[in-house]
Amino acid sequence: MKLDTTVFIETPEGIDLKAEVVGIVPRALAYAVDFLLRFVILGILSFSLALAGRGGVGIVLIVFFVLEWFYPVYFEVYKDGQTIGKRLFSIKVVHDDLTPIRFSASLTRNLLRAADFMPFFYVFGMIAAVFSGKFQRLGDLAAGTVVIYKEQQNYQVSDIDGIKAIAPVENMSPNLQSAFVDFCLGRNDISSARQQELAGIIEKKVPTKYQPIEYALGVGKWYLGER
Amino acid sequence: MKQTEFESLHRPFWHEFELTIEAFHQGEMRQLADFPQNYRKLCQHMAIANSRGYAASIIRYLNTLVKQGYQILYGNQVGRGHAFINFIFVDFQATLIANLRYVLIAALLFLVPLIGVTLMCFFNDEFIYSLMAPEQVRMFESMYDPSVESFGRERQSDSDLMMFGFYIKNNIGIAFTMFATGIFFCVGSLFSLVFNGIHIGAAMGHLASIGYVDTFFPFVVGHGSFELTAIVFAGAAGIKIGYALLAPGNLSRLQSLQMAAKQAIKIMYGAGLMLLIAAFIEAFWSSSSTLTNTVKYSVGAGLWIFVFYYCFFLGRAHRAT
Repeated sequence: MKLDTTVFIETPEGIDLKAEVVGIVPRALAYAVDFLLRFVILGILSFSLALAGRGGVGIVLIVFFVLEWFYPVYFEVYKDGQTIGKRLFSIKVVHDDLTPIRFSASLTRNLLRAADFMPFFYVFGMIAAVFSGKFQRLGDLAAGTVVIYKEQQNYQVSDIDGIKAIAPVENMSPNLQSAFVDFCLGRNDISSARQQELAGIIEKKVPTKYQPIEYALGVGKWYLGER
Repeated sequence: MKQTEFESLHRPFWHEFELTIEAFHQGEMRQLADFPQNYRKLCQHMAIANSRGYAASIIRYLNTLVKQGYQILYGNQVGRGHAFINFIFVDFQATLIANLRYVLIAALLFLVPLIGVTLMCFFNDEFIYSLMAPEQVRMFESMYDPSVESFGRERQSDSDLMMFGFYIKNNIGIAFTMFATGIFFCVGSLFSLVFNGIHIGAAMGHLASIGYVDTFFPFVVGHGSFELTAIVFAGAAGIKIGYALLAPGNLSRLQSLQMAAKQAIKIMYGAGLMLLIAAFIEAFWSSSSTLTNTVKYSVGAGLWIFVFYYCFFLGRAHRAT
């Protein structure tokens, strides 16, 4: 059984695009933010329009209706798949082929929200999400949409200046090679204690003139192509 | 080629591609002529990086870039201004005709209880009390009592706007829920159609039997054209998605549901717009007490003819020309 939340979508160019689908908890939190926001808007509006008499009540009801059904549709279609709550949690709605969501899919998933909500508090939606494999509620299933994490572009040029390249003492499988490379490139994200621990795994194979960490980093740099 | 060499060779190109994407999102269309070529080149780079087992960080970076390019190349084409006009005059009718059997089933489920209950309540004064609570009956009797000056639903000058809001919030919300609950293997839509049929039939038959004909019918005849038809459409859209799950044919249930939803949502666009019009008529026209009943009946008849012509015959007229 698959345990991670990565989905792969093959593009016409034969590339597998990767995306992480979002589980129930971040989505519920994003929904809570949107709910509160709408609640506050409506509260302020009803308070100020209560003075305007019956006509004011009519306007409040119309705003209520629009916020209830079309608030998510507007943000999903025109704000890159993100309501304000979703933006806060860096998640967004896209079609299940990862193209940006369009009006018809957005309206479908948001009208079917009424079915997901039943019998109370999104119980059916949660059941569907748990069993669908991509955390899709009923509306997502019908509309063909998924909620994914919006990725930040956090790529920096490989910074390996401070390291001395070391030729490895034995041949390594491709997987092992990339483990060394990733260790080398990702060293700034790993605490020194953890680095120690990871390098300790290969301690017995490290030539005596090198520290384990030094050797692991050096081999990584060597495999990156620096000599 | 080792990774660092590969990186330094192509980094300027990737950076350029990043700038193009940024420019695109700011509405600037420069360099888009080469975009497909550049995008494919980028895909190739990613495939190479993948097959050579380059570091996860660079593959993640390329994946993000490719994904953004993919979204631009295959994504939304916004700004087709004709889509709405096309929907109003062609697409909606075509969708209705293509799904006529769902519309007919929904119409029967709505009309049979409606007519049956109307007749039963008309010929038997007591029958309504087996369907509704006495307070409820008393409430709508008072709304259409001819001895009360402003009938309809309680009327004052500034209450038109309030009722407009109420009809939008209430009626369109009910229709949306009616559609949505169809996904439970039709059950929600079937129930709502029959329930609404019984409810409306009861009111109609009972008010006719106690002689409130001249207050009730002129009030409902106008907006009824749009409202009742739209309710049937919303039910039909719900039945369509439920039936797609029950009997998917050669498709998987998921595929079948998604294909049905694409059609059903078009019916819902139409139903939503019709209910909006109905709410407008109900709030600002039906309730007017300055108009005579003759005017209301003739305009009402005109609206019914218009709705039926628009929904079911305009498409044919198009095809003929």
